[in-house]
Parts: sequence; structure tokens; C-alpha cells
Amino acid sequence: MTIIKISDLVYTYPGGSKPSIDGVSLKIEKGEFVLITGPSGCGKTSLCRTFNGLVPHFYQGELKGQVIVAGQDITSKQTSDMAKHVGLVFQNPENQLFALSVEKDVAFGLENLGMSREEMRKRVDWALNLTGIYDLRERSPHEVSGGQQQRVAIASVLAMQPEIIVLDEPTSFLDPLSAERIFEVIYKLNQEQNITVVLVEHRLDLTAKYTNHLVVMNKGKICLEGNPRDILYSEETSRIGVGIPKATLLYKKLKTAGFEVNKQTPLSSDELADQLMETLSK
Amino acid sequence: MIIIEDIHYSYASNIEALKGVSLTIKDGDFIAIMGQNGAGKTTFIKHFNGLLKPSSGTVRVNGVETTKTSVAALAKNVGFVFQNPDNQLFSETVEDEIAFALKNFGFDKETIEKRVTWALDFLSLTQYRKTSPFLLSGGERKRVALASVLAWDPETLVLDEPTIGQDHEQKEKLRQFITQLQTKNKTVVMVTHDVEFVAECNPRVILMRGGKIVADGIAKDILTNSKLLEESSIVLPQITQIFTKLSPLGLPTDIIDINEAELTILSKVKERQTQ
Repeated sequence: MTIIKISDLVYTYPGGSKPSIDGVSLKIEKGEFVLITGPSGCGKTSLCRTFNGLVPHFYQGELKGQVIVAGQDITSKQTSDMAKHVGLVFQNPENQLFALSVEKDVAFGLENLGMSREEMRKRVDWALNLTGIYDLRERSPHEVSGGQQQRVAIASVLAMQPEIIVLDEPTSFLDPLSAERIFEVIYKLNQEQNITVVLVEHRLDLTAKYTNHLVVMNKGKICLEGNPRDILYSEETSRIGVGIPKATLLYKKLKTAGFEVNKQTPLSSDELADQLMETLSK
Repeated sequence: MIIIEDIHYSYASNIEALKGVSLTIKDGDFIAIMGQNGAGKTTFIKHFNGLLKPSSGTVRVNGVETTKTSVAALAKNVGFVFQNPDNQLFSETVEDEIAFALKNFGFDKETIEKRVTWALDFLSLTQYRKTSPFLLSGGERKRVALASVLAWDPETLVLDEPTIGQDHEQKEKLRQFITQLQTKNKTVVMVTHDVEFVAECNPRVILMRGGKIVADGIAKDILTNSKLLEESSIVLPQITQIFTKLSPLGLPTDIIDINEAELTILSKVKERQTQ
């Protein structure tokens, strides 16, 4: 089942001299883990903003083409209606937090859904625990560190248990181990609860292994889309300036030097290490 | 030269963020400060230009104690680029933003024009010269903040998480630029979580935990010490992860560089073929 369908989308911000999204068509199936990457300013964030209608309702500007999310045309629905279907975690968490305590921030969306107190308590605690910020629940979200704020923003979205979670560089302020844990949590939700995930990331070293649908954008367009193993191996991807995972890069270098470790391009260091172990210990 | 001796610092909420930190930063040093969230990294570097003054202990920049001078006087020597560019940007156009500090420092019009043009070009921002910084993407705003500091050419550059939101190409540019600064004997201190970037840059690495420095050494030593890194919530670089898993094959585990990795594996392959 297609859960997001974008057709011939062209979008220009108010006062913008050229479109930020310049003819994008994309289909995302329910339960997919989609990874979107590309040079900064390529239109990734703008595209994500269409998923709940922030573009065009909040940002205004001119939108042509069509975006259908969970069966709804975003231009005919309010962002608040879309919030039931789509949870968005922004790049900069400060823009997203406003309540007096971490806990209240996480509960805010649930209150709006009119959920019972008991169920809300359960959901909030679940989300706080998953993101490792249960101990911070009574602190002000503006007093905690950038990394902790990011976790609050993620917890707020997870608590809603939306059908689709869209995350725009959600762990950029987190230390590497915490970032990895957050990605694992999101991956688990995707696998176990069939939640559709759209993740925007530059750091493919950490994230390429989670996806089987990679989208590479450049200058407002989608220039490559499909299996991450093929895309990350291709010369074109390097040329655009996408940061190829080190393991993939090393595999490529070895192959160029005449040593093919395995037929399958690795996406993570674990994969390449396993391949090397097998080949070199025979 | 920045000499920090046994500094302590407490925020108003009585949380002691620095618990006795000493460090000497020589001219031309390139240092990466790493550590988990809340380790005190940002608090520490804010002492370098007097943004924060120690509760006890001393910080001396070129021999002058930071408690005895102003942030403005220190700024010309120590340029600071914050984690969140939005705390730093305020002008109506990118061009004005970059020119602002230059004007304050009293450079002449011609020099300002030259420096602004150079900084815009260097950070691929020329096309946004007349654009409001707030219309730019997160990664681009970060570059504007960096450009505005680079433009006045401080002796010491302090970068708080410079790679956040930057794509591969921009990171590579930043790395090359830092190398360039090194040849001019400039000092660069960066706080970062970006293990891969540190592995590529190969600086001196300082690891902080709980308001103290717990390790200080070359990247190759610190970034391949899995126990030390794990205690600081940092993961091994991808390349080191691979070699750690390959240790039963008798290969070295202290590799962070991809070219060294390639050569090591190829020589292992060759060794097997000749057996």
C-alpha cells in the first residue's frame, strides 16, 4: 500500500528566486524505511515539510503538483489534521519545544488527541524510556542540552505513535553511542510495528544499513533512487558529494585494487568485517 | 597560546560543570575535544575567549588573564563559532553578517569588501550574498556563522560541532581549510561528536568526562581505545570497528585511516596467496 505519493512537485518559498523542490515524484510504501540524502540545500528538508503540510500551509509560497499522505491531499487538509498520521522531528529541536517540562512537551500531542489520562501516562512513560530521558521528565526542555532536547523532540513524536515518522537529521547533537541507540529504537518500531519511517541524513556510516529504499537528492530533484547497495557503489553518488559509508568505500577500493571480498556491496562495518573474516580465514 | 590552570566552573544552579581542568594550547595546535553530552566540553571552550570566567583557577590568552580583560578584546584573537548558528546570526543579509565584525574591528572598506568576498567564495555562499541568513538551510546558516568568523582571521579558531548538518563535500572543505590554517601556524580547537571527521583530520584528541579531562593524545591512540571511548559514549571509527572484528586474523587493530586499511588488507591477501 502506498502511504506517500508525490507527483510532479514543484515548490518555491515566498521570495525565493528558484524552486527548492523542482519536479519531484516519489512513492513510499507503508512500512518502508526510507533514507533521503544529498548535499545541504538540495531540498530534503523542504520535501519533509510537505509531508504534514507545513509546506505550503505554514511556509506559504507556491506549490505545484500533488502530495498525498495517508490518503489525504495535503493542500486540502490542515497541518493539525495531518499530525494524526505524520510525526515530524526537525533538525533544530529548540524550534519544536515549548512546554514547561519535558514530560508536558511529550504529552502535548496526546492531550490534543483527547486521550484518557491513564493511557496518556503509559504512552508518555514509554516514549521517555525508549529515548532514555525518563530522569529528565520534570526538567524544563530549555534547560537541557542540545542532545537531550533532540531526544525530547523524538519522544514527543514517538508518543503519538503515528503511521509515519519523518526525522530530519534527528541525532545531530547526540554523542555517537546515543545516536546509535536512537536509530536502533526507530528501526525496531519500523520492524515490529510497521511504522513507515522517512529519515533525512548525511551520515550514511550510521544509517545506510537500516534502509532498502535510498533517495539521493541534488538541486531540488531526485537524482538516484532505489537499492542502497547499488547506489552507494556507483560513481555518480560520489560525484554528487554524498558521504559514502567507510565500509562501502573500503570495499570499493579493495575491488579496484583487484580483491573482491564478496559479490554484495557492504553497507556497514559489521557487514564488511564479516565478509572479510569469511574470505580471509578460509 | 592559551594556558588553562586547574579551572573549576559552576552554573548558577550549583551544578559543577568543570572540576579542575588544566590544558596548554600552543600556537599551531589542532585539537579535537570529544566526550559525551554533558561532559563539560562547551563550558570548557567558552573559557577560551572569556565568555565564561572560571570560578577558580586561571585562563591566560597570550599571557593575559581572561578575568582581567573583555570578551571584545579577546575576540580578535580567539574566534568562536557556536553549535547553533541561530544564536549568532542577526543581520539582514549574509553579506552584512560577515561584514559586521570586520566593521567593529575597524578595518577599512576595501579590506572588508575583500575579506567578505573571500569568505563567501570559500564557503560556497556567494550566491546568497544578498539573501537573509534565515532563509537558508541549517547547514548553510552554519556556514554563514563560520564565514563571519573566518573573515577576520583570528589566531585561534574555536569551533563547536562544526560538522553538524554539513554534507560530505563541506566537511571535506572544512578539513582542507583546517590543514591550510595549520600551515599558517593558526590554532584550531573543535568540539565534536563526529568520530569519522576526527579520524580523517587526525588532530590531538582530548577526551572529557564529568567535567574533567580523562585522556589526551594522538587520534590514532585515543580513537582505537574501545574501552576509553565506550566510557565516553563514543563509538570506534568505522575502519577501526572493522579491524577490531578482524583481530583473530592477526591484523593490527589500531587503524583509523582508510588508505592504511586498504594496504593492510591487501598485504594480508598477498601473504595468503604466497603461502
